[in-house]
Amino acid sequence: MNWISNYVRPRINSIFSRREVPDNLWSKCDDCGAMLFHREIRDNLNVCTNCGHHMAITPRDRFETLFDGGVFAEIDVPEPVADPLHFRDQKKYPDRMRSAQKSTGEKEAMLVAHGEIGRTPIVAAAQDFSFMGGSMGMYVGNAIVAAAEAAVEHRCPLILFSAAGGARMQEGILSLMQMPRTTVAVQMLKEAGLPYIVVLTHPTTGGVTASYAMLGDVQIAEPNALICFAGPRVIEQTIREKLPEGFQRAEYLLEHGMLDRVTPRKELRGELITITRMLMGLPPAIHGDLPSPDETSTSSAPAEDSETK
Amino acid sequence: MAHYLDFEKPLAEIEGKAEELRAIARQSDDPMDVEEEANALDRKAADMLKSLYKELTPWRKCQVARHPERPHCKDYIDALFTEFTPLSGDRNFGEDQAVMGGLARLNDTPVMVIGHEKGHDTQSRLRRNFGMARPEGYRKAIRLMEMADKFGLPVITLVDTPGAYPGKGAEERGQSEAIARSTEACLSLGVPLVSVIIGEGGSGGAVAFATANRVAMLEHSVYSVISPEGCASILWKDAEKMREAAQALRLTAEDLHKLGVCDRIIPEPLGGAQRDPEGTIRTVGRALKQLLDELSGKDAGTLRADRRRKFLELGSKGLAA
Repeated sequence: MNWISNYVRPRINSIFSRREVPDNLWSKCDDCGAMLFHREIRDNLNVCTNCGHHMAITPRDRFETLFDGGVFAEIDVPEPVADPLHFRDQKKYPDRMRSAQKSTGEKEAMLVAHGEIGRTPIVAAAQDFSFMGGSMGMYVGNAIVAAAEAAVEHRCPLILFSAAGGARMQEGILSLMQMPRTTVAVQMLKEAGLPYIVVLTHPTTGGVTASYAMLGDVQIAEPNALICFAGPRVIEQTIREKLPEGFQRAEYLLEHGMLDRVTPRKELRGELITITRMLMGLPPAIHGDLPSPDETSTSSAPAEDSETK
Repeated sequence: MAHYLDFEKPLAEIEGKAEELRAIARQSDDPMDVEEEANALDRKAADMLKSLYKELTPWRKCQVARHPERPHCKDYIDALFTEFTPLSGDRNFGEDQAVMGGLARLNDTPVMVIGHEKGHDTQSRLRRNFGMARPEGYRKAIRLMEMADKFGLPVITLVDTPGAYPGKGAEERGQSEAIARSTEACLSLGVPLVSVIIGEGGSGGAVAFATANRVAMLEHSVYSVISPEGCASILWKDAEKMREAAQALRLTAEDLHKLGVCDRIIPEPLGGAQRDPEGTIRTVGRALKQLLDELSGKDAGTLRADRRRKFLELGSKGLAA
């Protein structure tokens, strides 16, 4: 027994036996910690197959599974002035932007696209929490206005997936001004008589909730999403008491009458198709592939969700 | 003057000395001639006040905007309007005293006036919740705006809030939805909507009232997406860096005028509104009249379209605007 066998060897062993998880093959559920194979989790829309926890999903991944056949046309968003306030905290704003662009491969925190879901034309906009916390600045404002204009132009519904910590502080008052700007966008849809459906995903907080994310005709949230104006920490500091379990989570909001529905991601697409088609006055969606012409003349397809025993 | 801000300390000393000198002279039996010395101190104080307020840093502006003796919403309503008839409640849950509102006449013209009220002493501050509205406050404002629209009355909003109240009940009753709907109500009005930031324009709580055809700001008021302290604690990880944050946020009337967010800066007396509340209130009254005159005669569609265009175009040029 000496220090080599007691101390050095176990250390060396532990270094070599530590099983490193390759970045791209396995990921860990944020909630239950289960190791999930990348294909399995991708097929399950970034929902943990073990505990059902909804992890973040990028707008691009979401659109690929949302639109029919993963086909969508991106809608151009007018570029705002870069760094309008010449903002600098511990880092310069343009540097923060560049590092966010590099880590996400996206230009900004929102993606807007036009395409079909269940053969229903829609415009969709999705916010990217991985891009500077999805924060709402001039670009996000422009994206929502562009999305509303496109929806009005194509006379189709707008479905918006929100995810943001709030306003982008680096754009100061101009980020705050996106609250009225995006509200104008919502009004454009309202006046055109077009559905505006909001899907609140984890987390949606601050100025984003206090504008476009709370003004939908139908408000749906993903399970357990944090949705609030003031965050739980701020409230605890203000009222100096512990908040109840599940406070400001999707189910809590549903209970308090602030949402229409809480829908798991897997069921979301079908539900969005059903709702938009009814609001647009279209016949029920056809499930599965279109039957061939000779088949349609002979058989009437049974409604998929009719409960026959 | 009972309340001096930290950067006004040297001023407090001089003004205190002058006052003391005069008090001694008044009390003593044989009249001393102290006027000359007292006047010299007054002049020194005036010079100091001028130099202190010549170029207030953004953080100092925040301090002035929050000055407890600054005229508040109620002071403006009492002095500028006649026949003020407060209207209460959101017809849903309750009455929020952080928001004042009601029918009133401005130069004999009936209007709807709505504003945040912070209160002036401990009791009223508690009752007013320091000007931090809950959903009921915003929903009352929506109700009053819609009423004004129905009867063709111009709407005047006076903004002075640290922000919407971050409380448990407020969240449960839909703080964010209430604010969003209030902003929407502002944008839907077919009557003129003029807003004056009289103190603090705190984030969403301010936007809910200030999505107006014309937004005026008092010279030392501030309007920001987040408080400098909040911004400092998030971006600098140190709430004590509020001076830097205030600088970076561009929250002064001057910067906001450059950015096009503020249409008009209303000058304040030397040393801030708290040194001459009556004078400040009169200046605001004149500005309100002019701003409403600019909008008079426009039909509902034009007012709505102009307001929307104004906000859609905001910020397209950044600080270069």
